[in-house]
Amino acid sequence: MSLNNAELDAVYLTLALASITTVLLLILGTPLAWWLSRRRGNLSAALEAVVAMPLILPPTVLGFYLLLLFAPNSALGQFWQQLTGSQLAFSFSALVIGSVLYSLPFVVQPLQSAFQRMPQGLLQAAATLGASPLDQFRSIVLPLTRRSFITAASLGFAHTVGEFGVVLMIGGNIPGETQVLSIAMYDAVESLRFVEAHRMAGALVLFSLALLFVLYRSDGYSWRVRA
Amino acid sequence: MNKLALHIGCHGDQGFTLQLDCELPGSGITAVYGPSGSGKSTLLDCIAGLREAAPGSIVRLGSHTWQDAGIAVPTWKRQIGYVFQDARLFPHLNVQQNLQYALTRRHQESKLHLSQVVNWLELDELLTSATDTLSAGQKQRVAIGRALVSSPHLLLLDEPLANLDHTSRQNCMRCLQRVSQDLQLPMLYVSHDIEEVSQLADYLLLLDGGRLVEQGSMFALSGRLDTRLAQEEQAAAILVARVARHDTQYGLTELDVEGHTLFVNHLAHAPGESRRIRIPARDVSVCRQRPRDSSILNILPVVLDEVEDTDNARLLLRLSLGSQYLLARITRRSAVELGLQVGDQLYAQIKSAALLTEASDSL
Repeated sequence: MSLNNAELDAVYLTLALASITTVLLLILGTPLAWWLSRRRGNLSAALEAVVAMPLILPPTVLGFYLLLLFAPNSALGQFWQQLTGSQLAFSFSALVIGSVLYSLPFVVQPLQSAFQRMPQGLLQAAATLGASPLDQFRSIVLPLTRRSFITAASLGFAHTVGEFGVVLMIGGNIPGETQVLSIAMYDAVESLRFVEAHRMAGALVLFSLALLFVLYRSDGYSWRVRA
Repeated sequence: MNKLALHIGCHGDQGFTLQLDCELPGSGITAVYGPSGSGKSTLLDCIAGLREAAPGSIVRLGSHTWQDAGIAVPTWKRQIGYVFQDARLFPHLNVQQNLQYALTRRHQESKLHLSQVVNWLELDELLTSATDTLSAGQKQRVAIGRALVSSPHLLLLDEPLANLDHTSRQNCMRCLQRVSQDLQLPMLYVSHDIEEVSQLADYLLLLDGGRLVEQGSMFALSGRLDTRLAQEEQAAAILVARVARHDTQYGLTELDVEGHTLFVNHLAHAPGESRRIRIPARDVSVCRQRPRDSSILNILPVVLDEVEDTDNARLLLRLSLGSQYLLARITRRSAVELGLQVGDQLYAQIKSAALLTEASDSL
């Protein structure tokens, strides 16, 4: 039982979307998580609430607002059109932006709590030894929170793979451009192609199970300070 | 002459303020002494830049200005070493890597070699160990080594020996003294243990409630009766003595103090070496006549130099012994019965046990 070309396209697209999203999330999420872990106040609380919103909001709601935002006649849509010469709505780029927002809490929250558990004293000691703030982050924080980075990246990746509602709203269902696995599978069910649907559903189940199994076995959630 | 100039205001937690204005020697070991909550650690944090001092604060050592009007050098550029009470070794690095961490980040060219530090602090056997396998004493030695390797202009130590057992403490103190002399590295040493302070410090800074109470050289302060130190129960005199010879038959060591002989428990020091000894005031008593047939070995001729009322029942005496001083705490009643006057020739009896305390078998 092997996947046909359309399905392979969907697999490829899904992996590309999840990979790009994960990389972007680590780049954006790390400083955001660091900032949130250092501050206590109204601004940080508000920002935390915004970051956590995709956890409880129906994906279709987020997708709906993004659709309005990305529309060709919106400010962002026009700006994008001028910048790249192609429209934003129903494009792969739109999917990436949507996925980044949608999976943000899955990356930011593990990182933020890891940074909060990070003993301040170690950073102070590093500073007295001549380590600049960036150096402290690279030489002390990163190695000590490595597991949380793995957790964050895995969750971000897996959650993007499992995304459906947002993609449906802003991506449409364009094979090779925006038709990811979950959409392709939905499409197959809609048109009563159950064999195909089975293959794709089974692949997603196996993938999720394997990823979570590896994650839990690596003890990624129980980072402890060895003082 | 390099001086450490400190003019620091700092608002701490729960309404606590540190307000300090002083100039300290730019060499040797300066002890920062005071009860807990007196602002000792806050002071070190302000000097290191880990805590923000109020505008107008000044932290300067010779040509290095770390804080002044319009200047606030960040901690990582200050080149001030800091040994914390809890060592703070990096848990993901072994001992060698912890030392290496400091070595690769040090700013100034330094003649100090890693091997020298390893040697001083006897770290060779620990180098490949993970930090969580070390004992508290070993951790602290590594932390001191790590701070030294970074080749700082000033070394801050915050009760580094508080969690150590007696032997490790003695080893560490010996080490710090050697380092301070060999490297000409000024140190600020926070402690609330007066014995530790008397053994180590050349200079003393006395804090209470965030204010400077007293400052001066250790010897000068220990011979004064009007200081906060003298009022404490554990007031003590500090004398410098030379090891004269060892009395192997009785397991004693003979010390020479201003031409007089003092017996202490056997010391592992070669004759000729100078040592600091601490004699608590409560272990010294005085008599008019040299006592005969006494079990007390150490009886020294002294001159009563000054008398200070400490409380209703007791007095503190300063007794001069050549150019040095002993302190004695006696009851007011005894003083009246003996008719003590300043200038009297007396005999000070020192319980030998007094010299067997930590101070005598250290340094």
